[in-house]
Amino acid sequence: MSVHQTINLDSLQEIVERHGYNKNKLIAILQDIQAVYHYLPAEALKTLSKLLKIPLIDIISVATFYRAFSLTPKGRHVATVCMGTACHVRGAPKILEEFERQLNIRRGETTEDGEWSLETVACLGCCAIGPVVVVDGDYHAHTSIRKVPTILGRYRK
Amino acid sequence: MKRIKKFKNVEELKKAIEQQEAARQQEKKKRVIVVSSGTCGQARGSLKVIEALKKALREEGLKDQVAIRITGCHGFCEAEPNLIIYPDRIFYQKLTPPDVRTIVKETLVEGRVVEKFLHRDPLTKERAWYENEIPFYQKQKRIVLGDNVFVDPTSLLEYLAIGGFRPFIKVLTRMKPEEIIQTVKQSGLRGRGGAGFPTGLKWEATRRAPGDIKYIICNGDEGDPGAYMDRSVLEGNPYRVLEGMMIGALAIGAREGYLYVRDEYPLAVRHVTLALEQLYKAGLLGEKILGTDFSLDLHLAKGAGAFVCGEETALIASIEGRVGEPRQRPPFPAQKGLWRKPTCINNVETWANIPLIMLNGADWFSSIGTSGSKGTKIFSLVGKINNTGLVEVPMGITLREIIYDIGGGIPEGKAFKAVQTGGPSGGCLPASMLDQIIDYESLTAAGSIMGSGGMIVMDEKTCMVDVAKYFLNFLRDESCGKCISCREGTQRMWEIVRDITEGLGQPGDLELLEELALATKEASMCGLGQTAANPVLSTLRYFRDEYEAHIYEKRCPAGVCKNLIRYAVIPEKCTGCEACKRACPTGAIQGTRKDVHLILYDKCIKCGACLEACRFEAIEAQREEAITIVREVKP
Repeated sequence: MSVHQTINLDSLQEIVERHGYNKNKLIAILQDIQAVYHYLPAEALKTLSKLLKIPLIDIISVATFYRAFSLTPKGRHVATVCMGTACHVRGAPKILEEFERQLNIRRGETTEDGEWSLETVACLGCCAIGPVVVVDGDYHAHTSIRKVPTILGRYRK
Repeated sequence: MKRIKKFKNVEELKKAIEQQEAARQQEKKKRVIVVSSGTCGQARGSLKVIEALKKALREEGLKDQVAIRITGCHGFCEAEPNLIIYPDRIFYQKLTPPDVRTIVKETLVEGRVVEKFLHRDPLTKERAWYENEIPFYQKQKRIVLGDNVFVDPTSLLEYLAIGGFRPFIKVLTRMKPEEIIQTVKQSGLRGRGGAGFPTGLKWEATRRAPGDIKYIICNGDEGDPGAYMDRSVLEGNPYRVLEGMMIGALAIGAREGYLYVRDEYPLAVRHVTLALEQLYKAGLLGEKILGTDFSLDLHLAKGAGAFVCGEETALIASIEGRVGEPRQRPPFPAQKGLWRKPTCINNVETWANIPLIMLNGADWFSSIGTSGSKGTKIFSLVGKINNTGLVEVPMGITLREIIYDIGGGIPEGKAFKAVQTGGPSGGCLPASMLDQIIDYESLTAAGSIMGSGGMIVMDEKTCMVDVAKYFLNFLRDESCGKCISCREGTQRMWEIVRDITEGLGQPGDLELLEELALATKEASMCGLGQTAANPVLSTLRYFRDEYEAHIYEKRCPAGVCKNLIRYAVIPEKCTGCEACKRACPTGAIQGTRKDVHLILYDKCIKCGACLEACRFEAIEAQREEAITIVREVKP
């Protein structure tokens, strides 16, 4: 990833303050940090460890346990393929493969130009309209292998 | 949005409810258009439909005569985006913005029903004019979900208009905590999250546990893939869940509580956040609620994407900001839960039933259902089924009634093969079990569980070995790793089943699977591991022949497992339309227009795009003849 974001210490401080320097709010704090940077930058976690006075390893252990957190930067666009049971029986694995083929990356990876990240999710809970793919927060219902290029095209310039 | 003022006492709240109810009666005199706009609806374009509707009403000068209510999901997800025109209850479905313009002109101005937007039954092909004529709704008993149609979930006043908080007033002013608990016990309500523990007993245990500080928790970490009723309830009627929690807090003696909601449900998070804000403003949460001695703080905690956090002790660890690993029980949360204090944790649907039980009484609730399972249960009916959606049915209904009468059967005239209930902890039930009644006990006896209510229908094109592989993959991924039996057991079972689907199965694999399944079940600490073998055991019990076909004949009867199939053109059916050729991403299909096409096997990557593109069923998955699979050593 070419883009390196500098960590704004003030905003980090502000997040921690909002949660009252409460160690028990670690997950919520990490969620707020990720909302700013779209991932958890190492530098931010190191600072967080000092601010909250908890060992870095404890923060890392939480950050790596939960699927929602990422320690690596995400692409400008994020495509998330739902792998829920209902989507699975309607062909989600094939749709994931098509995304992998089109983007030339595997799930969990980001393209070299930093444009796309490909993610999977266990279930988005909109099983009736599956297979579902979410791109940058937009839900695409009833996707099929053939719709994949169209979906990607909509976000490409 | 109308400003909410603080209710200083019970009288003020009562008055507000009466006012809102009266306003609702007035509203009934005019036309109201209810638009379903939950996550599914929005994904299908409900927001654009609403915009178009507002514009059309303005243009026709109907803005003041017709009211719009934007609600959560009505359960009929297949028909999204849809709207209902009250008072007639005309139901229009699968709408686009231009359709809405037609509806406003035709129905609202001219008074005619537009046939083409009406629901058409997939079996009888008959169109239903009114919502209550639609077979999907007819056999349901929607005590929890039904009110989604009547409330804008972003407004407290709308909830008051359907008599919201009357149950809370009743228990606050007229019932002792013991009486509340007694009522819940008498009602026979059992936990809707999966295990089905009697709710009243849980409340009683928490109340009786020593200590002044107690907590209540709403488990909204609906992790089972294929289940989404909790999302619908939180999105569509968050106040009912919160009211249930307030009643629970009164009964148990808790002054603080948490709603743990999945991060994957952004709309539910938004609606719950709004609801909490409004309740604090209205003085229904916080210190000295309605001027009484009752105080309660409720907070929202967002999950971070870990299935195991649906397990109560893992969920508690997660709220405490720790890694979501379950711990040994006892002590149960009712004795030592959040911050080691007595904690009562119930599922979203369970909490949502509480106000109804308080209002209508234990006898009303226990009159619905079977001897051991009372009330209704919401199921998410998904997969290979015509009417997908959320269905709320009385306990004791049969699978057949749900799948055929409500669900409208299997699409494209295919044959029913199995229904998977209970998520990754549940099992697959075959056609011979269709007349099975549904309650906690009978599903367990059949080798599945009630679980949170996912019901995934599978047809002849679903491979049951692939389904078992899917769940094992899910479970090995989500196993927290604390117990070796679960961590390694799910991994090994997955490897064996994966090999079987790849044509590497060997005699003895099935016996080994059964042995592993037993070990995983017996030696794991929490529900995840204890039930992890269910998808394997139930498919082995009912679909052993499919496993055997994979192992001994290297054949996938459903035509799903990639290594065992190849796609081929059926010459008699091929019209030479070139649709498959255009769809093929690797140029593996040859043929000129109007000539029979041919698939080149060396180029084919078996993505299935041709199968999807063909409109003449001229492509089929055949048995891979030339299988020369050598069992490789896998890392």
